[in-house]
Amino acid sequence: MSWFSRLFSRNRRYDDISVSIQEHIDERADELMEEGMSRERAERAARREFGNVTVLRERSREVWQWQRIESVVVDLKHVFRRLRRSPGFAITVVLTLAIGIGANTAVFSVLNSVLLRPLPYPEPQQLVSLHLNAPGAPGLAEFRNELRLSASMYFTFTTHNRTFQSVGVWGPGTASITGLAQPEQVNTAQISSGVLETLNVPAFTGQWLTTADQDSHGLGRVMLSYGYWQRRFGGDPGVVGRTISVNSQPRVIAGVMPRGFKVVNYDFDLLVPMALDPVKEMLAGFAYHGIGRLRPGVAIPQANADVASLINVWMDSWSNGPGTNPHWYVNWKITPALEPLKATVVGGIQTVLWVVMGMIGVVMLIACTNVANLLLVRADARQQELAVRSALGAGRWRIARELLLESLTLGLLGGAAGVAVAYGGLHVLTAIGPVNLPRLSEISLDGRSVAFTVILSVCSGLFFGAIPVLRYVPSREKVALLGAMRSSSANRDRQRGRNLLVMTQVAMALVLLIGAVLMIRTFEAMRNVDPGFSGPQSLQVMRLSIPETLVGDSTTVVRIQNSVLDKLAAVPGVSSVGFAASVPMSGAEPAWDEIQIEGKNDANENAPMRLYNFVSPGYFRTAGTRLVAGRDFTWSEMYGVRPIGIMSEGLARELWGSPRAAIGKRFREFAGAPWHEVVGVVQDVRENGVDQVSPATVYWPLLIMDDSSAPQKLGVWRTVYFALRSNRAGTQTFINEMQQAVWSVNSNLPVADVSTMQDIYSDSMARTSFTLVMLAIAATMALALGILGIYGVISYAVSQRTREIGIRMALGANKNGLVWMFVRSALVLTVVGTAVGLGAAAALVRLMRTLLFGVSPLDPVTFIVVPVVLVVAAALASYLPARRTTAVNPVEALRAE
Amino acid sequence: MAKNPEHRDLFPGAMEIMILQSLRLKPMHGYALVKHIKQVSENMLQVEEGSLYPALQRMLKEGLLEAQPGVSAKGRPTRIYRLTAAGTRHLENEVVSFERMFAGFTRVLAAAKA
Repeated sequence: MSWFSRLFSRNRRYDDISVSIQEHIDERADELMEEGMSRERAERAARREFGNVTVLRERSREVWQWQRIESVVVDLKHVFRRLRRSPGFAITVVLTLAIGIGANTAVFSVLNSVLLRPLPYPEPQQLVSLHLNAPGAPGLAEFRNELRLSASMYFTFTTHNRTFQSVGVWGPGTASITGLAQPEQVNTAQISSGVLETLNVPAFTGQWLTTADQDSHGLGRVMLSYGYWQRRFGGDPGVVGRTISVNSQPRVIAGVMPRGFKVVNYDFDLLVPMALDPVKEMLAGFAYHGIGRLRPGVAIPQANADVASLINVWMDSWSNGPGTNPHWYVNWKITPALEPLKATVVGGIQTVLWVVMGMIGVVMLIACTNVANLLLVRADARQQELAVRSALGAGRWRIARELLLESLTLGLLGGAAGVAVAYGGLHVLTAIGPVNLPRLSEISLDGRSVAFTVILSVCSGLFFGAIPVLRYVPSREKVALLGAMRSSSANRDRQRGRNLLVMTQVAMALVLLIGAVLMIRTFEAMRNVDPGFSGPQSLQVMRLSIPETLVGDSTTVVRIQNSVLDKLAAVPGVSSVGFAASVPMSGAEPAWDEIQIEGKNDANENAPMRLYNFVSPGYFRTAGTRLVAGRDFTWSEMYGVRPIGIMSEGLARELWGSPRAAIGKRFREFAGAPWHEVVGVVQDVRENGVDQVSPATVYWPLLIMDDSSAPQKLGVWRTVYFALRSNRAGTQTFINEMQQAVWSVNSNLPVADVSTMQDIYSDSMARTSFTLVMLAIAATMALALGILGIYGVISYAVSQRTREIGIRMALGANKNGLVWMFVRSALVLTVVGTAVGLGAAAALVRLMRTLLFGVSPLDPVTFIVVPVVLVVAAALASYLPARRTTAVNPVEALRAE
Repeated sequence: MAKNPEHRDLFPGAMEIMILQSLRLKPMHGYALVKHIKQVSENMLQVEEGSLYPALQRMLKEGLLEAQPGVSAKGRPTRIYRLTAAGTRHLENEVVSFERMFAGFTRVLAAAKA
């Protein structure tokens, strides 16, 4: 109310002031008239004595104003009026800024949501991931940067630790759900007791799983994810206590977790308690991810020391069976390297995001430089006006404030439009975003993003506004000179400012272009890697599990798998079918273990770990994995449980020098197991992505002697990936026919993870292609803005020097020579900018070394091609405006001023 | 040209004191104030209109004065300024501190002469 009434009383005050002043002057005039002056002269004299009435009235009124603000409001009105008078300029600037600020806000929002915001668990700073390193485990250490936890480790850690509130282990898995609708395979998170306590997110409805659910027969209760609950049960609150069939076993639903809850970064359908038996667990079985919640006040180094001592307790308390040395693992040099859980969730995307943020930031700088250039030209046109105002007594600060206000207004308008751009951009990004971008669903524009936008808008406004201010706001001493400012030397001075800006732009654009081209070269190099399979777009992949609860006998499992294969082969358009325990880049790693070689000294206690895979006959032919030597398995060998095997080329070379020499050699899993004969050698497969080393792999037949003491018990792999070669791969009708084929064998078998190999392959390159796309966009914008900058500077120079051109032409200058004069000046700028940019790029690309593959950060091709392209583009961009000089009519040009 | 609006004659606060003191005698309008100060100081002190009106507004805002519609000696409408209770208090305080300052000032001058 006070403000409102003050505004009113203010108008009354204003009247008071006017009345008082008027009366003052009148009274003085009266007095002068009494002294004998004429009315007219007296009034004039009174007014003169009084001084500037308007100024005085203003100054008296100012007492009642929020003085600064109100005069700023007035200035702001002027700014808007001026912008409305040159809509072309205003729109260009606002759009440039909108795109620049929008891109920055979008990338910052991603960065903020993924990297900066805390994880969505209570007191997330206490959460750590129990990361172990095992640099002494050969074979494994090269392909994985961590050693996962075994169940026995979990028991040791959870019982004996001194630094954790709770500890748990978990692993992703799948399960068949039957009896609800069609049989369905769902993603499960197998969790030990302690996982829910560690993450500490209460159940949405029902209860958490408890230690009692960790039943060794696997009959404990399960929990649903919010999404699965909505999808399958329509959000029915009565679901708690109901029984569902998981892998053909009845399991009671204990509760539902809330929306958005994930186990670390894993989005599950079903939480299944681990079936653990503390009596039977062994040292080995390094399969699980460990997480823990630190006690308040405990730091990671303390926890590391605690876990390090627990590793010894672990080796003392457990064994791998009679006759084995539990302290053998000392060789593996297991060392804890706990990290904040957030680091695990965020993973390798951190570098990508910072690089992209940096690049987009540079684009913003270039955009600001362009805007600064436009403002310089504009201020140039106002130079006379500013000089006059300065001469009339406007203070430097006052003029500077007005110029800055204009650029700030532009910055904020651009920022407002930028938020809209960012909002749209983020929607597109989350819709098409790279699958492996962690926390993708959490990405949003929040207060911090908006604050970032405001700060960015203001800073960029000040930045591009400061340049014309520094150049144009005249100092007092210069005021007198300003009238004569049209001399060419002053012009050249100003031209130099613009030239500097253009050089900076060229340098920055070059850095971005080099970054983008390096990513293109990386992508190229990755595409050129032979991944160990061919024609991924015509390779259909699906996963099939036959749980032990459904089919107990191993041979029957293989028979079912075999008849599924036969049915699939009969689907129209399928040329071949095979299956394996794992297909490349699927993330499924059947097992890691060592092998013993016949005739080689197996005294070596610390034998390297090999990747195990289990394949059907015809799998390699279907996948397009080349046989380097020997032959494939046959079905009769499968059912005959023939002790044979196939090796990867790298492994064969390592062991026997050449693939051919490997054929006929024998190896086995462990002492006492039957010797397997190498019948074939296949090319190396990039199991973990094209940019990762191919692991040394042993391919076992489907049925193997599991245990030498009980030869009748056969080992079999129950979850397998079928690969189908067909031109129809990926079409919905084809997938339906595949499903029908599977159900014609057993209607309880769910089909899962249906995709083409191309999808899996693209996913594995998603990080690279995401970076590539972002950098390509940034670099294209930078190039366009840089070219625009050169074009603008040259065309402005041409228009400013029309008079000079006229004189030169009148004196007989060659037209081509004049064009060349302008192109040459642009080329000089470009070459200098390029040289600076090359230096900067050489220093900066080191930061993106981890993103590159098969190409050096200082790749000579990139560092030669990009500058050449840039110089050519600059030549073109300057040639177009320079050509206008030929149209100059000397007579008109000389008359122009 | 660009005069500091805070600028006052003599020393800071002098004009305010003169205005307050004059208005304490009787409420006056702007022109009367100027004339009054000029007469009382026997033409030694001249209040500039350029400073007077902003100063009046400042004191109005601080609540030292109040303004009421009235008529001038010549019968023209104007605003009459009157001291408020707060204005009287303020004036008394200021006068005390001025006197103290003058005393000090005089001593310093006397010491310089000796």
